[in-house]
Amino acid sequence: MEDFITVENISKNFSGLKALRDISFSIKKGEALGLCGANGSGKSTLIKILAGVLSADSGKIKIEGAEMVSYGPLGGIMRGISVIYQDISLFPTLTVLENICVARAIGQGRILSILGSERARAEAILGDLGVSINIDSIVEELPIASQQLVAIARALNNDSKLIILDEPTTALTSKEVGLLFKIVNKLKNSGISVIFISHKIDEIVELCDRVLILRDGGLIAAKPIKDTNLEEIETLMVGQSLVYSKMDDVDREAPVVLEVNSLTKKNNFKDIGFSLRHGEVLGVIGLLGSGRTELALALFGINAADSGKIAVDGTECRVRTVNDAVSAGIAYVPEDRLTEGLVMNYPIRENIVLATLDKFKDKFTFLKRRSMSEAAQKWLRTLSIKTDSPDNIVSSLSGGNQQKVVLAKWLERNPKILILDSPTVGIDIAAKAGIFAILKTMIAENGMGIILISDEIKEITAYSHRAIIMRNGRVAKILPKDEINEERIRAILNEQKQTK
Amino acid sequence: MNIFMKLFKKRETLLAFFIAVSVVVIASFSDNFLSYDNITNILKSFTVTGIFSIGVLLVIISGGMDVSFTAIAQVTQYIVVYVLLNFLTGNIYIAFVLAIASGIVMGLLNGILIYHYKMPAIIITIATQNMFYGIMYVITRGKLLYEVPSFFWEFADAKIFAVINQNGAFTGLSVVTVLWFVMALIFAIILRYTILGRSVYLIGCSQTAAERVGVNIRNTILFIYGVAGAIAAVGSIVHVSIVQTVIPNSIVGQEMQVIAAVVLGGASISGGKGSVLGTVLGVLLFAILSNSLTLLRISSYWYNVFIGSIIIGSVTINALREIRQRKHIVRVNVAE
Repeated sequence: MEDFITVENISKNFSGLKALRDISFSIKKGEALGLCGANGSGKSTLIKILAGVLSADSGKIKIEGAEMVSYGPLGGIMRGISVIYQDISLFPTLTVLENICVARAIGQGRILSILGSERARAEAILGDLGVSINIDSIVEELPIASQQLVAIARALNNDSKLIILDEPTTALTSKEVGLLFKIVNKLKNSGISVIFISHKIDEIVELCDRVLILRDGGLIAAKPIKDTNLEEIETLMVGQSLVYSKMDDVDREAPVVLEVNSLTKKNNFKDIGFSLRHGEVLGVIGLLGSGRTELALALFGINAADSGKIAVDGTECRVRTVNDAVSAGIAYVPEDRLTEGLVMNYPIRENIVLATLDKFKDKFTFLKRRSMSEAAQKWLRTLSIKTDSPDNIVSSLSGGNQQKVVLAKWLERNPKILILDSPTVGIDIAAKAGIFAILKTMIAENGMGIILISDEIKEITAYSHRAIIMRNGRVAKILPKDEINEERIRAILNEQKQTK
Repeated sequence: MNIFMKLFKKRETLLAFFIAVSVVVIASFSDNFLSYDNITNILKSFTVTGIFSIGVLLVIISGGMDVSFTAIAQVTQYIVVYVLLNFLTGNIYIAFVLAIASGIVMGLLNGILIYHYKMPAIIITIATQNMFYGIMYVITRGKLLYEVPSFFWEFADAKIFAVINQNGAFTGLSVVTVLWFVMALIFAIILRYTILGRSVYLIGCSQTAAERVGVNIRNTILFIYGVAGAIAAVGSIVHVSIVQTVIPNSIVGQEMQVIAAVVLGGASISGGKGSVLGTVLGVLLFAILSNSLTLLRISSYWYNVFIGSIIIGSVTINALREIRQRKHIVRVNVAE
């Protein structure tokens, strides 16, 4: 097969920082190429350069043999490169039809937008994809999976020869992922190349012909999938093997700190019941759409449950709002720290004391700046947050250090129950290990109970004393410590895949 | 969902329904309301608001905001009338050409600032409103222009479908109202059937997404604010034709009424949504409510209360709908 695109010695700098260093590779027609790399490894920069949104500082790109310097987003589309971004980038208030057609109309430099004449073509494309979506529905009323298919249909309508899928499976259920994979295979068979980006390496192994691994802006390896495996890719990505230290054993006689009984919320979860002891780490794992995040949001009062009981330290409490949860001693570190956990443009100090402002009031209710600084300093030391001053704004920190600031904010409150939703997403290995070491000491010091929600099975197996496996909004299984292992969890999760 | 439900969900249908109800209710209180005289008068008196609202609609669909259009209109009006009084002998067409040129210049300035400084449009246009208006006041010292060339009032007085009413005077649909409707039609077509018009919606939905499909963001933003300035300028000529005096503070202050009508017409402040038909209906509903206050001899200050409540009301409707939708989202297919 001949190459569709060849990239030669591409480099890109952002204000002195090397985002990409000397990257060279090529993609054959009809090939599915996996792109792996930790956050900040340069994946998104590379995609943007291929799409024409950014132009490289040096290096060459050849598309079907023709050499390009920089071509702009429209040029990328015209030359057959379409990107389906993680945020999907559709127009939510417009119809499916218009979303599919608009890019091509702009690309052809048309003046009029007559959607009627495009209808047949768009319907044919959706038909070929084998999906049934009402072409006149408004995009924002569709589920995410359908929106993604609309984005793929749009790419096909543009006569794309290379479709780049950026983390397309994050918001999909396993069934929807299956459908997506089928479609990608269909595209390959019709000679369309695909770049597939995912942090779920098993997906890359399953779907792709070849894998590129980026680390710190450099291309570490390019291997055919048949010559490598999941573990090797993981190791290449992070540059070292993952080490998980075990938690201390939990005191089986320790009092129960949280008791949840038949907690139910329509369209979210049903009949959830479990208990959590002081000093215990309760792992919660489940595929997307299993209700695990919804459950966490309910326990923290963001998305309050319809019925059921929550008792903290034996006393039943109503958790209708975040305030209820916080005063009951529950803390929540969200999955998306950027939008839910931190005020990014505020100093570290303000972020750390944000959940405990009452503690820092003087008798006139003014805030005591000095004790705020002292508290912040204490956490900077304890959590070894790398920065020279608590006055720096949070967005100047790296992902791992930002996550530590969120943790500090809640630890300062000294919660009885700490809910962590995917606490290590997007942070590097060293920071990951650091965060769990801190949690270990915190547990030993004040005996709080931790609910650890995670996508990474290894995290759950390493740190949980018990593990809840959620499936279709219900507790499928609660595993005791000696039964928590990767194979067992994978087996139960796979069971869900089949039953769906 | 059947067609009836779909229609019912549309803001335009809802507005038409409210207009019909208001007309029936008010007509039962006041015999005069449904007279040809009164209807054409209402339309004429809301023509300026109607014209302004088209420009504001354009800006709001694009996810922006323009509170400077009244200042653009005010300044344009002053310049055009002053030029036509002192330097040029013209006619109404020349007045429009001059006005549109002046409106475009000020509108483009808005567009350039908004595009290049990436600042919220509302901040920029508050600033330019004060600037345009302030400069005019400094130069003119707030002097009124009492006399305007006669072709202005001839224009405002022209009617079509004229009949003689019981007082023996001509009554009919004012040409200025026709101008409003023609402009509405033109912009409805542009917004619906041209790539440029659709780009306004694309930018309003998501500027990033629009950029990624190859929309030229800069040109589209300049188009939007330039045209919004031109429309404000056209409105100002109609305004002076009706009022027949240039009063330097007679237009500034009307922003809220116009924005309220556009929002009432279904345009979403967050962008990406809105239609010319909805906006026209929004203005009509305002016109009817305002007129009914006069006919029912209720203090005109209540009108301000109405404007405020309509903004709150329509924002509430949008918010409630969103909350309801959010509640019904199936996050998890719970196994039974």
